Amino acid sequence: MIIELGHYALILAIMTTFVQCVFPLWGAVRQDPWLQSMARISAFVTFALVLLSYGALTYAYLSSDFSVANVVLNSHSTKPLIYKISGVWSNHEGSMMLWVLILVFFAALVAFRGDGMPERLLASVLSVQGAIALAFLIFIVLTSNPFLRVGDPPSDGQGLNPILADPGLAIHPPLLYLGYVGFSVAFSFAIGALIHGRIDAIWARFVRPWTLIAWIFLTLGIAMGSYWAYYELGWGGWWFWDPVENASLMPWLMGTALLHSTIVMEKRDALKVWTILLSILTFSLSLLGTFLVRSGVITSVHSFASDPGRGLFILGILVVFIGGGLLMFALRASSLRQGGLFAPVSREGALVLNNLFLAASTVAVLVGTLYPLVLETFSGAKISVGAPYFNLTAVPLFIILLVLVPFGQSLAWKRGDLLGVMQKLLFAFGMSVLAVMIIFAFTIGGPIMAPVGIGLGLWMILGSATDIFTRIWPLRFDIGVIVARAWGLPRSAWGAALAHAGLGISVIGIAATAWGVEHISITKAGEKILVGPYTVALEASFKRSGQGYREEGARFLITRDNQSLGALETSKRVHAGREMPTTEAGIETFGLGQLYASLNEILPDGRVSVHLYWKPLVTLIWGGSLVMALGGALSLSDRRVRITAAERVSRTTGKSRGAPA
Amino acid sequence: MMRRFLLLFALIVFNATAYAVEPDEILKDPALEVRARSISAELRCLVCQNQSIDDSDAPLARDLRLLVRDRLKAGESDNQIRQYLVERYGEFILLKPRFATDTIILWGAPFFALLISGFFVWRAAQRRGALSRSDVPLTDDEKAQLDRILANRSQNR
Repeated sequence: MIIELGHYALILAIMTTFVQCVFPLWGAVRQDPWLQSMARISAFVTFALVLLSYGALTYAYLSSDFSVANVVLNSHSTKPLIYKISGVWSNHEGSMMLWVLILVFFAALVAFRGDGMPERLLASVLSVQGAIALAFLIFIVLTSNPFLRVGDPPSDGQGLNPILADPGLAIHPPLLYLGYVGFSVAFSFAIGALIHGRIDAIWARFVRPWTLIAWIFLTLGIAMGSYWAYYELGWGGWWFWDPVENASLMPWLMGTALLHSTIVMEKRDALKVWTILLSILTFSLSLLGTFLVRSGVITSVHSFASDPGRGLFILGILVVFIGGGLLMFALRASSLRQGGLFAPVSREGALVLNNLFLAASTVAVLVGTLYPLVLETFSGAKISVGAPYFNLTAVPLFIILLVLVPFGQSLAWKRGDLLGVMQKLLFAFGMSVLAVMIIFAFTIGGPIMAPVGIGLGLWMILGSATDIFTRIWPLRFDIGVIVARAWGLPRSAWGAALAHAGLGISVIGIAATAWGVEHISITKAGEKILVGPYTVALEASFKRSGQGYREEGARFLITRDNQSLGALETSKRVHAGREMPTTEAGIETFGLGQLYASLNEILPDGRVSVHLYWKPLVTLIWGGSLVMALGGALSLSDRRVRITAAERVSRTTGKSRGAPA
Repeated sequence: MMRRFLLLFALIVFNATAYAVEPDEILKDPALEVRARSISAELRCLVCQNQSIDDSDAPLARDLRLLVRDRLKAGESDNQIRQYLVERYGEFILLKPRFATDTIILWGAPFFALLISGFFVWRAAQRRGALSRSDVPLTDDEKAQLDRILANRSQNR
C-alpha cells in the first residue's frame, strides 16, 4: 500500500511540475501576478510529493519488501541499516529518484527564500526548475520506475554490489548530486533573467549563494569520490581521469569559473553576458555528466549501475535543455546591457584570465572525454584517451592558473597596480623559492617535480596569507587595530583566502606523490621489508568471514627504529552471491602520509604476494579539498549573502545601491 | 574478431585469478623495469574499462606486461614496442593517442580554445580601452558613484 502511495505521489508530481512549469511562465510573459503566484505553491507541493515518493521507496528498502523489483535486485535482508538507506541510490532508478528529490528540494528552497525577489524573476526561475523536474520525472516513470512489483516475490534479495557496500557510497552520491543539481538553480536564474530581459548586480547577489552551495557540495563530493576510489579500488591511485570522474570535474571547473564571474558581476556589474553563458554551460555539463554516468555510453570503471537503453531519453533531455538554453542565450543576450568598465590589469581582468584558463581546461577535459566516442561514431576508428593526454593538456593549464592566482587575489578592482602587487608578493614569492631550493637540496637525486610542486602550493598559501595580511596590518604595529580589522574583514575575504590556501594544500599533497615508494614483493612471515621510512613484516595470513562475506587476508606489523607502530591488514573479500573478489586495502596514517597495502594473493606455501606503498603527505590532497569547501562555507556565511539583496535594497533607501549602474 | 573478444571476455570473467604487476614479472635490471612500468602505464588493458595494463588484474594485462618486458630484454626501443603493439591490437591500446590527422582536433582543441577566447578577451579589452580613453566628462550620476566607491574603499582600508 505504501509503495502504491509512493508510486501515485510520483505520478502526481508530474502534474504539479507541469503546473509549476507552465502557469508561472505564462504569468511572467503576461505579467499576471495571480499566475505568477502559482510558482511557489506548486514548488512546495511538488517537493512534498517527491519527498513522499522517495520516503516510500526508502521504506521498501528498510522493511526489505521483496515484492518490489528494485529492492530485490539491490538489497538483502541482512544488510546493515546504513546500506539499506544508501542502497536506495546505489542503483539507476533510485539514484534518479535522489537526483529529482534534490532538484525539487532546491526549487522549494528558492521559493522559500524568494521573499523580496522580483515576483516575475521568481516565477520564471521556478518555471524553469519545474521544466527540468518534469522532464526527469517523466523519464523515471517511463523508463526507470523503481516502484514496479514482481509477480512472485523471492524470499530474499540479491544484495548490493560489494564495491558499493561502503560508508563512502553512503555519502558520495548525495554530495555529488547536491553539487550537480545545485547548479540547476544558476541555470534557472540565467534563463529567468533572459526571459525577464534584465540582469544586474541584484541578480548576481541572488544567484551567488546558490552557486556557492552547489560548488561546496561538488568539491566535497569529488574529494569523497576520490578518496573512496583510493581505498576501495585498491590500486592506490586517487585520480584516474576516468570518464565518470571527468564528468564531475567538468561542472566543477565551469562552476568555479561561474563562482568567480558572479563576484565580478556583483561587485562591478561587469561580465554579465559571460556570467549568463557560464550559468547555462555549468548546468549543461552537470546534465552531460548525468547522461554519461546514467546511459553507460562510455566504458569506465564506474559503469556499474548503467543501462544504454535509457541513454536516448536522457540525451533528449540534454538536447532540449542545453539547446534551448543556448538558443535563449543567442536570441536574448544582446538585449542585456553591458556593465562597468575596467582596465586589463585589475581584479576584474585577473578574474577574466581565471575564467579563460578554467574554460580552456574544461574544453581539454570535455574533448578528451568525448573524443573516442565521437571519432568511433563518425569514422569507426577506436582510440583511447587516457591519463597521459590530460596530463599534457589540462594539467599545464591548471599550473599556469595556479601560478597566477596570488596576483589576481592582490590586484585592486577597476585598475590595478601590477608593480605594487609584485612588491607585496615579493615575500611570499621569495619564501616559496627558498623552500623549493631547501627541499631540493635535501632530496638531491629525487624527482624534481616534488619540490617545484610544493613551491607552487606554498606560493598559493603564502599569497593568500599576504592578501589577508596587507588588509589587516596597520602602518604602525597595534594589536588592537589588527584584531579589529581582522574582525571587520568580510567573511567572504577570509573564505576566498582559505579556499585558495586549501587549493595550495592539495597541490602540495599531489606534488608529494612523486616521492611515493612502491614495493611489490612475495614475502614470508617475519621477513622485513623497508617501505619508505617504515619497516613492514608479514605476521600471518588469515581466513575469516563477516556479515555477508568471507575473506582471505594478510596481517603486517609496522615498525620504525624498532618501535612497534601497529598493523596493516589487507584482504581479498568474496561477497555472498558474487563471483569477483574485491581487494580491501590496508591503510595506516602516519602524520600526513599513509602506508598502503594491497594484497595480490596468498600462495599455497603460505607466502604472500603484496603491493606496499608509502605515500608521504598524501592526506593533504583531500585535506586541502576540505579546506576549500570550508572556505566556501565561510564565504557563504558572509553578511552580504545572509541578508538577502532585497532586504539590503530596502535598508539602503532604494535606488542608490540596488539599481543597475 | 567478435568471437575472439567474446572468448577473451569469457577468459577474464571465469578465470579472474591474476593481479596487477606481480613480483615474478619484475625485471632484474632496474633501469629496464622503470621503462617497462612507464610504457605499461600508457597502454590500455583492452578488456578492462579504463585501466592501464600496469593497474589491471586481468590475465590479458599480465600477458601484455610480460610481452613488453620480453621485448625490452630483447633490446627494443620504447617506440618499437609501442609500434608492435599498435600493429597487433590497433590504436585503441594507446592511452596517449598519437598525433595524427584524426587526432588533430583532440590535441589542438584546448590550445585553440585558449587562443580563441584569449583573442576575444583581448578585442573586448581594446574596445573598452578606447571607451575609457574618451574625454567625455563624468555625469553627476557617475560622480556620485565615484564618491561612493572612494568612500567604500577608505572604509575597507
